[in-house]
Amino acid sequence: MQHFLEIVGINKSFGSVQVLKTCSMTVAAKETVVVIGPSGSGKSTLLRSINLLEPVDSGDIFFAGENITRERKNAHLLRQQIGMVFQNFELFAHLSAIENVMLAPMKILGINLTDAHDIASDLLRKVQIPEKADAFPDELSGGQQQRVAIARALAMRPKLMLYDEPTSALDPEMIREVLDVMAELSAEGMTSIVVTHEMGFARRAADRIVFMEQGEIIESAPSDQFFSGTVNDRAQRFLDQILH
Amino acid sequence: MSIELVWHYLVSPSFIHGAGMTLLLTATSLFFGVVIGLVLALIQESQTRTGQVVSFFYLWLFRGTPVLFQVIFIYNVLPSFGIKLSAFVCAVLALSLNEGAYMAEILRSGLQAVKKGQRTAGLALGMTGSQMMRYVVVPQAARIVLPPIGNQMIGMLKLSALVSVIAVEELLLVANQTASADFRYFEALTAAGIYYLAMTTAFMGLQILIETALDPKKRLRMRRVSLTEGMLGTSKSFAIR
Repeated sequence: MQHFLEIVGINKSFGSVQVLKTCSMTVAAKETVVVIGPSGSGKSTLLRSINLLEPVDSGDIFFAGENITRERKNAHLLRQQIGMVFQNFELFAHLSAIENVMLAPMKILGINLTDAHDIASDLLRKVQIPEKADAFPDELSGGQQQRVAIARALAMRPKLMLYDEPTSALDPEMIREVLDVMAELSAEGMTSIVVTHEMGFARRAADRIVFMEQGEIIESAPSDQFFSGTVNDRAQRFLDQILH
Repeated sequence: MSIELVWHYLVSPSFIHGAGMTLLLTATSLFFGVVIGLVLALIQESQTRTGQVVSFFYLWLFRGTPVLFQVIFIYNVLPSFGIKLSAFVCAVLALSLNEGAYMAEILRSGLQAVKKGQRTAGLALGMTGSQMMRYVVVPQAARIVLPPIGNQMIGMLKLSALVSVIAVEELLLVANQTASADFRYFEALTAAGIYYLAMTTAFMGLQILIETALDPKKRLRMRRVSLTEGMLGTSKSFAIR
């Protein structure tokens, strides 16, 4: 069977620190994979290597059957198909919410203003904040900003969504609203990779859990299996820690 | 003192011409200064070794010597290398080269003030490097650099008086010549002062206008106020530039 995304033995070092050690994983179409692990375990780097924001030192990455690992010149074409959501939202500060969502379709895909506005309005409705269309990022709560950021990524009609600790910078009462949007997208069949510490979300929305530690993928298991206790010792210890 | 004489000087062709020359010197030098500064800032941004060395040397040279020195140097030394330029061109050359050094630092600080995450977000959406600069970095940097550039505009206007030493017929030279010909220092210099203040006031007004235009919130609010648009249903309360 051909995997939608296949990562084969990638390595990455920053100076003398090896942050990814021969990591391999596969993601099937429409699957939601949650990546967990202690901080500094390489989760974010793994995510950023998938859309080539972080070039790997060795190994291969296949996206929709093509080896994209050494793609440099056309990296932007690949990234157009992969949405990314960041811990700190990174909405464009000089644009209103709806302009943030419209920018990429207009400037990258060349969609005209009226159509882009329609697309953006629909997406803001989907992430439940149509009323904030004209607000600027600094006028929005963290949860609202993150939902706009999700809408912004969706505006490019990505085939894969990458979430890099999307709720880590949020106040507790706002985490839910973001996770709900993500879970809904996953349920609709959006292929997603989520780096998070939210075990509730993992239980609810993940098809598979990947556990990383010190740059290695220790465990990759279907989520029901992962949470039913038949896991590797190190993963279990981590789980015990974060679930208290 | 005679108010009539001040008025007479203000509307005299030589003063008007002098003020025009000052304005032309300022605008031209600012334009080339920004171009030079932008090139230098982008070179520094590129983080290449040669680029760093070149821009460091440039800044060292042109910030390290007085503008007056540069004006006199270019005017008097270039001809001995067979490069004959008019006084005006020499003046613009010296002022632009000097301005470029300061602009480079201002623009660099503006580019650096746009956080790395904003660039990453642009790239992650699938923008090319130049699209990311154009749609994400530059619009944000422009707002940051505008106040210091406003300073530079006014500074440049006043700096332009220096080129009177190489006989460019700008405002101060005209005023000084008129004053010593008529023995009316007070009136002639007052007239020149009025011109300078009028021009700096205009520059300040221009700066406020541009700041408003670049402030997305004010822009949006202004558009919302436009009732007719709203009633006609043609309101586009969004604009991506």
